[in-house]
Amino acid sequence: MSEMTYRAAAVHAIVEEMRRDSRVFVMGQDVQTGAYASVLQEIGPQRIRNTPICEAGFYGAGIGAALTGMRPVIEGAFSTFFYSAMDQIVNQAAKSRYMFGGQASVPLVIRATVAYSVALAAHHSDRPWGLFAQVPGLKIIVPTTPRDAKGLLKSAIRDGNPVLCFDDMTIMGMSGEVPDDEYTIPLGRADIKRVGHDVTIVAIAGAVHHSLAAARALQEYGISAEVVDLRCVVPMDRQTILESVGKTGRLVVVDPAPGTCSVAAEVAAFVAECGFDSLKAPIVRLTAPNVPVPFSPALERLMYPTSGSVEAAVRKLCTN
Amino acid sequence: MSEQGIIPAGPLEPPTKAMLIEMLRRMLRVRFFEERASQMMSESRLPGALHNSIGQEAEVVGACMALRDDDFMTGNHRSHGHPIGKGASVAPLMAELFGKATGVCRGKGGSMHLARFSVGGLGESGIVGSLMPGAVGAGLSACLRRTDQVCLCFFGDGAANCGPFHESLNLAAVWRLPVIFLCENNGYAIHSSAAQTTAVADIALRASAYNIPGLIVDGQDVLAVYGGVQAAVARARAGEGPSLIEAKTYRYCEHSEFSKPFDPPSYRDESEIAAWRARDPIDTFASHLREAGDLSSNEFESIRASVRAEIDAAVMFAEESADPEPEAMLRDIFV
Repeated sequence: MSEMTYRAAAVHAIVEEMRRDSRVFVMGQDVQTGAYASVLQEIGPQRIRNTPICEAGFYGAGIGAALTGMRPVIEGAFSTFFYSAMDQIVNQAAKSRYMFGGQASVPLVIRATVAYSVALAAHHSDRPWGLFAQVPGLKIIVPTTPRDAKGLLKSAIRDGNPVLCFDDMTIMGMSGEVPDDEYTIPLGRADIKRVGHDVTIVAIAGAVHHSLAAARALQEYGISAEVVDLRCVVPMDRQTILESVGKTGRLVVVDPAPGTCSVAAEVAAFVAECGFDSLKAPIVRLTAPNVPVPFSPALERLMYPTSGSVEAAVRKLCTN
Repeated sequence: MSEQGIIPAGPLEPPTKAMLIEMLRRMLRVRFFEERASQMMSESRLPGALHNSIGQEAEVVGACMALRDDDFMTGNHRSHGHPIGKGASVAPLMAELFGKATGVCRGKGGSMHLARFSVGGLGESGIVGSLMPGAVGAGLSACLRRTDQVCLCFFGDGAANCGPFHESLNLAAVWRLPVIFLCENNGYAIHSSAAQTTAVADIALRASAYNIPGLIVDGQDVLAVYGGVQAAVARARAGEGPSLIEAKTYRYCEHSEFSKPFDPPSYRDESEIAAWRARDPIDTFASHLREAGDLSSNEFESIRASVRAEIDAAVMFAEESADPEPEAMLRDIFV
């Protein structure tokens, strides 16, 4: 095991895949002087490519390269920049395989930082996994630990489909243990980050860590909370969610994205449809309000679920 | 146009007689395919829309025939000609227009998306300009895989005014990628003339903004298009980067058969249409071949008859093919 940050583990995954497979290459702004500077000489500037600031252009180039035998990794900087390439992601990457009747495949990874909670205002701070989950043909991962980031990114690069990877900035500096030996984590499996029996907390991105902190605090009140890290929005591990709720009978969904038509909404609706008989209490969702992210830290800090709000919601749910 | 903006005529190989006849055959194939499809649509035998390229066959076929079989191609909603020009057989293309299981896209693409990957097609996009970056990526892939493949990027005059045009030409130029940007300038973006929507009279002039060669060719002359694209392909294969070629052409039909009921009656003059029809690319080329002694009247008639027979067989194949199974709706989403 080695101790490293999420940020480093993610780059380790991509560099290892570049060493393993000559079809893998990286494109993005300033990648040669940024995260990949230390391997630029080894891998070469052909496969670590600095791009102009033109998301439609180089995301689309990634799609064309993927269609013709390469496995590009797009370093997208901030996830709100995806919108500048919306047509490429939605109309080309996601639909090419289906619309051309299986003639095509688009083995492409697009990753970007989700930079909320750091006072960058509305143009840099969205949490758009739910928005893209509405697009059939995209897989979506949202890792929460260094170990998961590395294992999931490796699987994403080896996958034959377009995969969006959202890196939550609030956890990218966190360190954790990462196995030294080669490993991958399959896409589409949630991870039970803490076992419990009174309530299921299904959480996404940084909310997983808030939920784990809440679960620790809830012990004092004799409440045993199970924390399910969704980890992969598409495909979603519905079985694990259902089994957990089947065991606990209570569900709290925690997602820092706006709640309307969100991933949290999907989890709640799914459990209401397929796990209703297990429920001892109404489902609770903790999400952000439907507003753009305000700049002022005094306002932004009110936006997202915290360990305190998760703890309070669970206590209320378990004592009623 | 400045001198540096002109593609130098390289030592180009003139097409063999067999190639000339094949050009004629493919142009006829595009025309008869679309004429038959239009007729069937007017009889409500086809679903959806049809964006015909009747009148544009020379630029489509001339450009495609300057490529090798293993070269790539991207296209747009006016898609029928592109795979036919690159040599695809017509039966699966026709079946796709019907939405049948035997269609080239198994009935999931339809008329605007007749991409045939087995002949190098990488997609035909319904969104204007949207596949131009994809063409750049195919060129990048050829470089990274160290092949000498090139990618031909078809786009219209309408696409020349949207963002991906700029992003794609700049990216291909700065990375010196083997991409041939072929503007099929038919003069109209749906109903709006290029004069209303475009700040320059010649799209090829924009090449200078990317420090790449630009060339205007007569899009009604299949040999002019072939020669221009061949020169651009030679540059691309030699590692000298992309080129922009503008083929001046014209569509005889409306923007689409789907939009016909909504088409304004007077956005194009009858005299304008008549003038372009008088320079019909197929008639002109057939006359040229006859005068050069490469085509007898009997041969021309026999080619026409054999292409008509191909189209007849394709329609029969399509009509006799089954609809996709219901389960097919959920297939082909992920690898």
